[in-house]
Amino acid sequence: MGRIQLKNVTKSFGDVQVIPPLDLTIEDGEFAVFVGPSGCGKSTLLRMIAGLEDLTSGEIEIDGAIATQVPPAQRGLAMVFQSYALYPHMSVRKNIGFPLRMAKMAQPEIDQRVETAAKSLNLMDYLDRKPADLSGGQRQRVAIGRAIVREPAAFLFDEPLSNLDAALRVGMRLEIGELHERLQTTMIYVTHDQVEAMTMANKIVVLRAGVIEQVGSPLHLYHRPQNEFVAGFIGSPKMNFVTGTEAEKHGAATIGIRPEHTVVSMSKGSWKGRVGVAEHLGSDTFIHVHDTGVADMVTVRVSGDIAVKHGDTVYLTPQADQIHKFDAQGLRL
Amino acid sequence: MAIVAKSSRFSQFGRPVLAWGVGLMFFFPIFWMVLTSFKTDADAVKPEHLIWFTPTFENYLNMTENYDYWRFAKNSVITAVLATAFTLCVGIPCAYAMAFNPSRSTKDVLMWMLSTKMLPAAAVLYPMTFITKSAGLFDTHFLIILVLSLINLPIVVWMLFTYFKEIPKDIIEAGQMDGVNTWGEIKEILIPLAWGGIASTALLCFIFCWNEAYWTVRLTTTDAATLSKLIEGNRAPEGLFFGRLSAVSAAAVGPIVVLGWFCQKQLVQGLTFGAVK
Repeated sequence: MGRIQLKNVTKSFGDVQVIPPLDLTIEDGEFAVFVGPSGCGKSTLLRMIAGLEDLTSGEIEIDGAIATQVPPAQRGLAMVFQSYALYPHMSVRKNIGFPLRMAKMAQPEIDQRVETAAKSLNLMDYLDRKPADLSGGQRQRVAIGRAIVREPAAFLFDEPLSNLDAALRVGMRLEIGELHERLQTTMIYVTHDQVEAMTMANKIVVLRAGVIEQVGSPLHLYHRPQNEFVAGFIGSPKMNFVTGTEAEKHGAATIGIRPEHTVVSMSKGSWKGRVGVAEHLGSDTFIHVHDTGVADMVTVRVSGDIAVKHGDTVYLTPQADQIHKFDAQGLRL
Repeated sequence: MAIVAKSSRFSQFGRPVLAWGVGLMFFFPIFWMVLTSFKTDADAVKPEHLIWFTPTFENYLNMTENYDYWRFAKNSVITAVLATAFTLCVGIPCAYAMAFNPSRSTKDVLMWMLSTKMLPAAAVLYPMTFITKSAGLFDTHFLIILVLSLINLPIVVWMLFTYFKEIPKDIIEAGQMDGVNTWGEIKEILIPLAWGGIASTALLCFIFCWNEAYWTVRLTTTDAATLSKLIEGNRAPEGLFFGRLSAVSAAAVGPIVVLGWFCQKQLVQGLTFGAVK
């Protein structure tokens, strides 16, 4: 079981309140991702759940029991750190078995559990190596192994993939996703990368300056962002925002159109503009259009075989049913 | 043609010459002391016997037979070893707390600790002698161990603090998640990871304890007297017996020179606070 509830939780460092009162429930078995720009308090929030950071006020409940004053080790949670935080003086085998040894488990059982974890993570050949002799991806697997063997109520991941190169990151993303499917254990994952959030989460929690901007499934956040911040943060390339008379036509202070919801034509359309940079990715092309008169730059996403180049004149037409409308405060209309 | 850095004449020739020069300058007094220890007291003061003389072991034999060298040596070993052990037992938890759970006043505490080293020892000589005598601690091993521990504690805490600071906090936190208690953090994680630094610190502390003279000379007479006291005791009112004094001194610094020779790397690391790796 791993149902985690934050009730009226706050955190201040000195006089600076980094997390104003916040409520959040993560259901058992959920894969929750905390996402937001750096400094938004997502790591602090995770560390508070872990018990590594004290709460200034409020309560944390794990499976219905108040855990606010419970030391980290007794909360039944396992954490995977961005820096892996392996014990450099211990072999992989010792690293993975360490929490079990601390739990005073019998050595034969420790050995058996370590082997089971190592098999599932493809670490069997490295059990007697030291962390320094492993690659980044292998180290991260050891860190995950050390978390798995404890059979925790929930896994906490603190930006676990940000030290890996791009290709490895995609691979590890899948592995963590598969791990969740297999174990069905609650996972809380912190990242600043919205792609990680979209691809892995059941539930995304978007944070800004310690405040939850929106909670929902990835597609809910994509289709119905509650405000301009979430609209701009979720989705890649970023949503285009248009203000002024164009927005007023739709009865809004600002309208948002995702790059993929704009039709491009060489002959006619709502907004005329000049192509700045066209990024040809093969499958897709991102065209950055200037001088449209509605925004500094409008990004559109079109199929890969469109032949446009720098300086071409194009016409853009937003799809009417895909326009997001926001009021002057940035809230969804 | 590619431009490459050229080493100057100084770094090619001047630097080694300078380094050897400085090295020999520091080594010379030791060399002279050892040389003199094999001379008779009469030869020792005669310039014509500076290098050429008839070597004698008399000073050394005299020392072990008449002055009970081994008793002083034993006291030095006991006090230096126990004081070092005690200092580390107190210093490790102290530096650990300051490195990993710093408070707003940690920096001030560190400075305050170091500032105690600025107090001239002579300023507290009278109260120290008076108090220890009336407490019945004068000339006891306990007192010397306590004094040596206390005077070295600030520097030991500083050194350990610097080493511990280099250990990523994540690793300590991972340990907390994995279920170690505070003692476990120190035993399972901190000590194995900072082993090199702790060893350098212990070595340096041991050397400081061994060499300490101000208090060991003044707070002992016979029972707890260390080798420093033995050297001091060979200052005779009718003039210095340089041969004898040199033999005693050589026998006193000998063990520590040998120890230092074998642990050069750790020592340099300790003295530079880990800056040379």
